[in-house]
Amino acid sequence: MLKALFASQLALGFAQAGVTTVLALAVMLLARQRKIHLERETVVALARGIVQITAIGSILVLLLQGPAWTSVLLLALMILAAARISAGRAKGLPNSFRFSLYAIAAGTGSVIALMTWAGVIDTAVTSLVPIGSMLIANAMNTNSLVMNRFRAEVESHTGLIETSLALGADSKASVAPYVQASLQSSLIPALDSLRSLGIVWIPGLMAGMLLSGARPIYAAVYQFVTISMILSSSALTALICSLLIRASAFSPAEQLTLRPRPAA
Amino acid sequence: MVSVRPPILETDHLSREIAGVRIVDDVTIEVLAGELLAVVGPSGAGKSSFLRLLNRLDEPTSGTVRFQGVDYRSMDPRELRRRVGMVTQTPHLFPGTIADNLRYGPAQQGQELAERTIQDLLNQVGLANRAGENAAHLSGGEAQRVSLARSLATTPLVLLLDEPTSSLDAEAKGAVEKLILAVIKNNGLTCVMVSHDLAQAGRMAERIMVLNKGKLEKIGKTNEVIDAEGAFR
Repeated sequence: MLKALFASQLALGFAQAGVTTVLALAVMLLARQRKIHLERETVVALARGIVQITAIGSILVLLLQGPAWTSVLLLALMILAAARISAGRAKGLPNSFRFSLYAIAAGTGSVIALMTWAGVIDTAVTSLVPIGSMLIANAMNTNSLVMNRFRAEVESHTGLIETSLALGADSKASVAPYVQASLQSSLIPALDSLRSLGIVWIPGLMAGMLLSGARPIYAAVYQFVTISMILSSSALTALICSLLIRASAFSPAEQLTLRPRPAA
Repeated sequence: MVSVRPPILETDHLSREIAGVRIVDDVTIEVLAGELLAVVGPSGAGKSSFLRLLNRLDEPTSGTVRFQGVDYRSMDPRELRRRVGMVTQTPHLFPGTIADNLRYGPAQQGQELAERTIQDLLNQVGLANRAGENAAHLSGGEAQRVSLARSLATTPLVLLLDEPTSSLDAEAKGAVEKLILAVIKNNGLTCVMVSHDLAQAGRMAERIMVLNKGKLEKIGKTNEVIDAEGAFR
């Protein structure tokens, strides 16, 4: 229907964005009737999303003609933004921005660098930036999940953790089951993406490759490659983040400092 | 003739402050080797907070504790906690069997607890031949007995008890009281026990210290403190 109404591709794109926005708002209004208030957050997220993606699309047009190093700059800025967003989800955890930055930068940076060196990711800006951004975005989500889950696990098992410490355990041993639980739960989305690939969903990257004339089998295999990289970088991010937040939950004298409230 | 026992734990102007409030305020006492010292006081007096400072589960804001004459800040906190064991108000048992719980402390030092030692410890707390039972299925009194045996498994010299009977019914409470006294005597332990119940402190302790608003109000022999009017309400 929209294609008949809009002749230019740009106008069609904005019309499609308008329709999906209305749909998202309608769902939020439905949720509101059930006393679930997500309207404000949804409106802000939708507005940010359209502005940000349009801006990056415009920048990408410029970058296509720019030198290769501009993609490094862009990815670094994305990592900074991802760390800030992720830290915002971890209120109450000390040094959450710093830890998110270290974890996302190390987790995604190392995978992007290694895969670019190995020739898995093309060095062209048009390839490196979109694929890098996918890795960063997923690592950001995993980082948020691991921080939130770790805090919840520690807060709900304070008694057991302090019992371990009182029996002479070190901080690492006392909190090990909860680090493991946080890591496992944070990787569920990445693992499920890989597990359901091609059955439940055909990701946008593959569709894009097909549209641009790539051979279907290569497009399919490359999609697997991308999701595998997402899993690796997300897992590495989660691992680094959990190590950092675990250390910050204890004092140098092996005292649990991350507690719901001070002891009376 | 008065026998002089050396102090095993000494607090030196011990204080802890949270958000500007002194929950333990300048407490200086000695815990003598082999004694049972009860810490009593009204709710919010800082009794549990004081106890947590003794094995350094919390950090003093000022002052310190000496264990066998050594400032505990110079000790490895893990080694200190093996020597100064703790039994909490609510027994927090690890998933697994009773024996798994008893093995936990020694395993942290790389030691394997012998089956005979497990049986000895369980005999001491009245749970003979129950090592293989799932710890999640125990009653409150049984769980507290396991918690006590688990603390003994690290062979401590001092035992800190934080209201060990407050979550138990009257019958279980009496039995656990007797058990604690027997365990302390049989193992030659020193004990610091927090209680909100002055009568219980009277039944069990050699000496009593009274805390109020974090401050030490009184410390002395049990009968003297109980007789003192207004010592504790």
